[in-house]
Amino acid sequence: MRVVICAGPATTGKTSVVRHTAKKLLHAGHKVAFVKLDVQYADEDEILAEELKIPTRKVYSGELCPDHCNVMVLGDAMQWAEQHGCDVLIVETAGLCLRCSPYVEGGLGIVVLEATSGMNLPLKVGPMLSLADVAVVTKIDRISQAEREVFRSRIQDVAPNVRVREVNALHGIGIDPLVNEVLETPEVNGPMFLRGNPPVGTCTICVGKKEIGWQSHFGVVRALENQVFYRGE
Amino acid sequence: MIRSISILGGQGRRGAPDAFERIDLHMGQVVSIVGPTGSGKTTLINDIELFAGGDTPSGRHVLINDEPAPVEYRYNPAKNPIALITQHTTFLSDLPVRQFLLTHSKVRTGGSESPQMMMDAIEFANKLTGEPIDLDNRMTELSGGQTRALLIADATVICSTPVVLLDEVENAGIHRTKAVQLLREFRKIFIFVTHDPRIALLSDFRIVMQGGRVTQVLSTSEEERGVSAHVNRLDDALSALREKLRMGHRLNAGELQEVA
Repeated sequence: MRVVICAGPATTGKTSVVRHTAKKLLHAGHKVAFVKLDVQYADEDEILAEELKIPTRKVYSGELCPDHCNVMVLGDAMQWAEQHGCDVLIVETAGLCLRCSPYVEGGLGIVVLEATSGMNLPLKVGPMLSLADVAVVTKIDRISQAEREVFRSRIQDVAPNVRVREVNALHGIGIDPLVNEVLETPEVNGPMFLRGNPPVGTCTICVGKKEIGWQSHFGVVRALENQVFYRGE
Repeated sequence: MIRSISILGGQGRRGAPDAFERIDLHMGQVVSIVGPTGSGKTTLINDIELFAGGDTPSGRHVLINDEPAPVEYRYNPAKNPIALITQHTTFLSDLPVRQFLLTHSKVRTGGSESPQMMMDAIEFANKLTGEPIDLDNRMTELSGGQTRALLIADATVICSTPVVLLDEVENAGIHRTKAVQLLREFRKIFIFVTHDPRIALLSDFRIVMQGGRVTQVLSTSEEERGVSAHVNRLDDALSALREKLRMGHRLNAGELQEVA
C-alpha cells in the first residue's frame, strides 16, 4: 500500500489535485482509495466516489485536531483500503492547525498552495510546507509568469528541499509529475510514524484554564517579547 | 542554445483537428496569432509556455530544437527559455516593486539579487508608461498600464529569454509602438497574440484560429507588406492624436488630413 497525504489551506484546490491524480492512477491500472478528513463538513468523498467509482470515506475530527485525528484513524484506514483491494490510499486533510504536519514517514506528503494567496503564504504555513515532499502550486493561470517564479522562490526559501510542482488543477495540466511521485513512493510496511516533531503536547487551555496572560498558565508559556519562526522541528 | 520551437497539431474544442501538422518558429522570427475572441489564442500560447506534451486539453506537442522540452524547463524557472506576458493588468503579489524585481533577478540568474537588473527593468518599464513606476510602489497598487509595462520590462530585462509570448499587448494602455520598437532590438522569437493589424502585419507569418483550432497559417505576402506601410502611417497619426488628447491639448480641423 502506498500512502499519500494531501494537506493545504481551505479552497486551494486539494480535491481537484486529488481528482486528477487519482484519475491518472486508475488509468494506469492502480486501485485507489480516498479518505477525506475534515472538522465538521465534507462532501468530497461522495463527489469522488460518484465520479471515479472508487472506495471513499469521510472522517469528521470534531473535537479532535484534524492532524491528531489522522494519527488515530490512518492505521484503520489502511486496513479498510486493503480490504477493498486498493494499492494506493490518498488522504486529504483539512490542515487547519499550522503547528503539526499530517505526513507520515515512508508516505508521500503533498501540500497544496494557491499561487493567488500572497507572497507570504509560504512563510505562514510552517511544517505543513517544510515537512512536505512536494508543494503543488495551483491557480497558476490567475497570476503572471513573473509572479509564479517569485512565489516559487518564496517557497524554496522556506523549504529548500521540497519539490515544487505547478499545476492547473481545473484542467488537470501538470498532473503527470505528481502521478510519478506517487508511483515512486515505496509501499508502507510495518508501523508508521508521524513525520517531524509534534509541538507541545499539553495545553493549559485545552484542560480548561481560561485566564488570559501567560502568568496564569504553566508548562510551555510565551510572552509577547519572545517570538520564534516555527518549522515543526 | 535554442534555435527553433515547433508546434505539432492537436485539436480544437469539439475535437476538430488543427489544420497543420507542424509549425516551426526560428530564432529572430516574429509570429502573430490572430482570431476572434474566444477562438483559442490564449490556449495556444499556454500550450507553448507549458511545453505541452500531449497533456493539455488541446493535445498539442511543443518541441524545442526538434525534441521534447527537457523536464528541467518546467521545474527550474531559472532555466525556462520562455517568458509569457499575460493579459493580466493587476498583480496579486503583495510586495513592493523593488523586492519583487530583486527576487526575480535572483531566480533568473540563479545567483544573487541584482540591483543593476532591477534598475534596468524599471527604466525600461518607465519608457512605456505614462506615469512612472516608483520602486517603492506596491505591486498591487500599480495601474493596468504600469502592470503591463513592468511585465514587459521584466520579461525582457530580467528573464532575458530567447522566446517571448505576448498576449494582446495592444490592450495595455502603454506606448505600444515604442514597446514593439524596443522589443525588436532584441534577437528572440516573438509570438504576439493580437487583434492589431500593425503587429499582425509586421510578423513573418500569422496563425489563424477559430473554435479552438488553428485553421490557417499565412505568411505575410509582398502585397500585405505594402499595406503594412500605410497601416503604420495611420497608426502613428492616431497615436499622435491620442497623445495630444492625453496631454490636454485641443485638436484643430486639419488633424489627420495627411493620412485621410
